Amino acid sequence: MNNMMSDKKVIALYILPPLLLIVALIYIPIIMTGYYSLTQWDGIGQMKFIGLDNYKELIKDGMFWKSVYHSFLLAVFSVISLLGYLAVSLVLSGKVKGANLLRKIYLIPMLLSSVAIGQLWLRIYHPSNGMLNYFLSFLGIENPPNWLADPSIVLYAIFIPIIWQYAGFYILIYYAALKSIPPSIIEAAIIDGANPLQLAYKIKVPLISGVIKVTIVLAVVGSLKYFDLIYVMTDGGPNGASEVMASYMYHKAFRSFNFGYGSTVAFSLLFICMIVTWLIRKLTNSSEEVQY
Amino acid sequence: MSKKAYSLFCVMVIAFALVLTGCSSSTNGNPSSSESGKKVTITFMHLWPAGSSKQQNMIVNEIIKEFEKQNPNVTVKQEVLENEQYKNKLKILASSNELPDVGMTWAAGFLEPYVKGNLFAPLDDILNSGLKDKFVSGTTEAYAVNNKTYALPLELNITPIYYNKKIFSKYHLEPPQTYEDFKNIVQTLVKNGVAPIALGNKDRWTGSLWYMYLADRIGGADTLKNAINRKGSFEDPSLIKAAEEVQKLVKMKAFIKGFNGLSNDEAKSEFMNEKAAMYLMGTWELPNFTTNEEVPKEFRDKVGFFKFPVVDGGKGDVNSWVGGPGVGLFVSENSKVKKEAKEFVKFFIEKWGEQSVTKAGVIPATKVDTANIHLPQLYIDVLSELNKASNITLFADVQMNPEAAQTHLNLIQSLFGEEVTPKDFVKQHEEVLAKTQ
Repeated sequence: MNNMMSDKKVIALYILPPLLLIVALIYIPIIMTGYYSLTQWDGIGQMKFIGLDNYKELIKDGMFWKSVYHSFLLAVFSVISLLGYLAVSLVLSGKVKGANLLRKIYLIPMLLSSVAIGQLWLRIYHPSNGMLNYFLSFLGIENPPNWLADPSIVLYAIFIPIIWQYAGFYILIYYAALKSIPPSIIEAAIIDGANPLQLAYKIKVPLISGVIKVTIVLAVVGSLKYFDLIYVMTDGGPNGASEVMASYMYHKAFRSFNFGYGSTVAFSLLFICMIVTWLIRKLTNSSEEVQY
Repeated sequence: MSKKAYSLFCVMVIAFALVLTGCSSSTNGNPSSSESGKKVTITFMHLWPAGSSKQQNMIVNEIIKEFEKQNPNVTVKQEVLENEQYKNKLKILASSNELPDVGMTWAAGFLEPYVKGNLFAPLDDILNSGLKDKFVSGTTEAYAVNNKTYALPLELNITPIYYNKKIFSKYHLEPPQTYEDFKNIVQTLVKNGVAPIALGNKDRWTGSLWYMYLADRIGGADTLKNAINRKGSFEDPSLIKAAEEVQKLVKMKAFIKGFNGLSNDEAKSEFMNEKAAMYLMGTWELPNFTTNEEVPKEFRDKVGFFKFPVVDGGKGDVNSWVGGPGVGLFVSENSKVKKEAKEFVKFFIEKWGEQSVTKAGVIPATKVDTANIHLPQLYIDVLSELNKASNITLFADVQMNPEAAQTHLNLIQSLFGEEVTPKDFVKQHEEVLAKTQ
């Protein structure tokens, strides 16, 4: 074994296939997108190199900044909802009756495809015979809102299924992390007289802080590049009221057939995600790993 | 160190080789095999899968079988995709110059980039060899760029307003003759708690139809056309007036609740469930109102249609329609079997025209002889209206280039949602049309 590892050729041979795949399927397209973003191109005809003109246009493009704002708003809501997931997992990981069943129930939305979830929530939000408005009119509200047609609420109406969709995923991660805390530490804390609240905030949460940091990065980056339900439920409408960065990129590239500008949006999305990831790592890195 | 450099070098070489082979797969192949007697294969890409478009698929297969029988040296290989996937695949194939020999395209704005990229072959030669007289006049023009025709249409659609006869008779209403009548109908229905018009404006082109008709009836057939092709201006008073009328309809609650968030399919189901009295849509819906056995017969018998009424003092003609040809067939410019492909297209258009209405309920772009075929009354009425048509205005989003079309569709949604004033609506149209000319 040692012999083998010292042979650089053999190492190269083993690393080569995945490296090639990653380079060909991820890095080369990224570089190509970077190049396309400097061109004017409809995807079919001649490419015209126009330097940074697309980026100049992007900075002045109000619709793009609106979509950036929507994406960040989603990121904020996702991170806030992490608190809720953490609370649920703390309860589930304690000795609750039926915790196993509940955990499975929370996981179900994750097993559904985004399109199915979109269709489901389209039914719920249907303005005249949807479940939600039926319920509201049952309560005596005369003019329940048009959830997906009203520009001032459409974005929040879509956030709810998005957050609901990922609940199971984060609860599963937190649950697994909490279960990996050695029981001896918890027993020791209980003997020392810690109440359940102290147990949670002083012992459990600090111990899984590493996992929490990872989920924050996941939630933020996942929100910034989010696309599925927006596309299925409103397609960014009405008139861009629910447009996010990824859907804006799609519309520019595949609807307006402006691949050059679409690539510019895509590259900016990558850039924004990288900066935000770096920032989060920087901000959460200060405290060292907690160990007892 | 040298070993490291060596392995890195290896990686680079192989990575490069991979990229290069990926790019060059389309360059080989023999240049010409079109001499008679030699086996040739025509690749044909279309968007009628057996699952979702059963009737169309059947006709396609029959036509291909017949063509292969008459031309024993030719085989036609089909590739079938659903609408959206089809559009995406066509685009990708175009960028790597691997278009099928024969395929389907849409008119005007969709077709233009392909023509500019020299990917479609002009079809004027087969059009002038006797095919031209078979088409309903004006239908092939939507596929022409610089006086050359690059595709030949298979479908022709116009957009009547369908209405539910039973709801109308319940409130003693008659199909309107003027726009005032129409507004009275809307008012009566609203008063009685019936949603007047089913509209799914999430899809946006659906609302565009309403705007286009109002623009046509107020400003005449050419105003909107000229505004789009830049012979005129979008800030024409009649186009502002049309936008105002749209918002008046919205204020009257003429459209179903939450229409801006509903898809066309959802709106259609409101009409089919008799929750809305009227529905403005293309004649591609006719099978649902006539022959489709999955729709209850009682409902099918209740559906009638009327023409968009004339507006008092407007320049429009009641026989002017919004509509246009649907998909058309193109031949790839780089096809190695261009001659056979063109023959196939000609054969296909002729055969298709003979049977599409009777077998699939699709109105072809070629003339239909209604005397000799048996059709439901609604079809015969539509076909005879088609013969009387004074003008067919192509859907606005198809007329415009893709960038302007997106802006137009978004503005339509804002207009119906009362988020933009009619003045700003036309101003923003003018800006984007001037910019993307």
